[in-house]
Amino acid sequence: MSRFFKAEISGSDILNSDICLLSLKPHAEYEHPLPGQFYMLQAIGCYDPLLKRPFSIFSIKNNNLSFLFRVRGKATKILSSLKKGEVIDVIGPLGNSYPEPGSDFVAVAGGVGVASLYNLIEKYSCRAHFFYGAKTKDELVLLDKISSLAKELTIVTQDCSCGLEGVVTDACADAICIPDSALNGLPVYACGPNPMLKALHSRLSGKGIKCYVSLEEHMACGVGACLGCVVKGINEYKRVCKEGPVFSMDEIQW
Amino acid sequence: MVNLSVKIGRLELPNPVMTASGTFGYGQEYSEFFDIERLGAIVVKGLSYVPKQGNPPPRIAETPAGMLNAIGLQNIGVDRFIAEKLPHLRTLDLKVIANFFGDSIVEYVKAAEALTDSGGVHALEMNISCPNKQAGWIVFGTNPDAMREVVTAVRKATDLPLIVKLSPNVTDIGMMAKVAEDCGADAVSLINTITGMCIDTKTRRSKIANVTGGLSGPAIRPIAVRMVWEVNKSVMIPIIGMGGIMTAQDALEFIIAGASAVSVGTANFINPVAAIEIISGIESYLLEHGIADINEIIGSLKT
Repeated sequence: MSRFFKAEISGSDILNSDICLLSLKPHAEYEHPLPGQFYMLQAIGCYDPLLKRPFSIFSIKNNNLSFLFRVRGKATKILSSLKKGEVIDVIGPLGNSYPEPGSDFVAVAGGVGVASLYNLIEKYSCRAHFFYGAKTKDELVLLDKISSLAKELTIVTQDCSCGLEGVVTDACADAICIPDSALNGLPVYACGPNPMLKALHSRLSGKGIKCYVSLEEHMACGVGACLGCVVKGINEYKRVCKEGPVFSMDEIQW
Repeated sequence: MVNLSVKIGRLELPNPVMTASGTFGYGQEYSEFFDIERLGAIVVKGLSYVPKQGNPPPRIAETPAGMLNAIGLQNIGVDRFIAEKLPHLRTLDLKVIANFFGDSIVEYVKAAEALTDSGGVHALEMNISCPNKQAGWIVFGTNPDAMREVVTAVRKATDLPLIVKLSPNVTDIGMMAKVAEDCGADAVSLINTITGMCIDTKTRRSKIANVTGGLSGPAIRPIAVRMVWEVNKSVMIPIIGMGGIMTAQDALEFIIAGASAVSVGTANFINPVAAIEIISGIESYLLEHGIADINEIIGSLKT
């Protein structure tokens, strides 16, 4: 069972705005991923883009691995336009995973950061107090499914086009910090853009809350060899691909 | 059967394909993908006498058919390499080439001595593309006098086969190779990355924190092949060629231009089994062309 294998496109849908849900059927037996792990994906035989791109596992169903991503540059554009049956190169599952939540938990997704948390709430269904934020309604995807998998779903948009108005970090931190909140003491799992995670850190640090964040960085190898994807830890650089992508919030210099 | 074994000075390799420093860790990261004993040699991540933290992120950026990196030579240091990584490498039937560097001549010499005494290292590869911080930040590999001084000092410090890894950021790489040869190097390897930059026009910042980085990948291959050809004309010692090798055909270009062996670098990131595919691709080429020995085509460019 190699972590480097070929897989064919079994489904590709552009959801709201420019978010793609890509499903792959591995050509060989594959290792089952854990929530929070990631894969390096690349169309075959292409030198530009040269490098594979890292994507969190979104879901595994009927032997299909699926990935949710925003179409932003050349690589994601190529991946999103592949036809059913076309074959791509895959390395994974890679990196660590979200620690198992012992209890109910809080999940905070910013935009397409939902990609990495979806598998977690799927695995631990009806246990997540899920806060899902985006700039605008258009960027929110799969709300029905998320709502059925979460114990409770709070939607936040910056332009108030859906749910509460504001940013998801405030909505989440406010809900945790009110006196006698049912969320107080639950572990928090977060994924989203760096400024969002930084904001979450500044709201939650020092409150004795266990908080895990999944980070994204440019990567070359994905397996710990190139040292290209490091982030600043407290004492040393940490490889997002190897020591991460999931970090305890207090391991990172924000 | 064809003969794939080649010699780099006294060092005999079972085949001419090795992995380039900094792209293959210390072997562990890729050993799940293939049997690394099948490699001609492994060149480990560059080591310094004193461990180095490396540069702040972002450290890499992709460019057309290439990538820029400014990792900043992050490494665990010679002592930890010998204590933690070498014991496993020693158990393998695999030639180990230790790449090393220093911020001063003293540090080069200390690293070379420690690696030589370690037992288990079969050859040394000197990275000279770093500045001499004690002597005005002159880059060893781009100034013939600075290079002569450091290679001479390291040559005295080790009896292992010594490979000098040349910088392409020079006007006349043939002349630099000659300096290495005159100072007693057993071989030269080339090319190291080409200094480059790319800028995010939205933020008007470089895409890597260090501002400049080293360009690698298929984008640099024609430059690297040309440099191997030039060096082949100017020195007698063996050449290890590298720079954007992705396939066996690419590797053969270097060999025909004059390289006795090749290193696979950036390709490992894209295809973790690239090196193995290149070894079997070279073998198939020799069989197809009725060539019994790889050595017959080294430097066989027709002009």
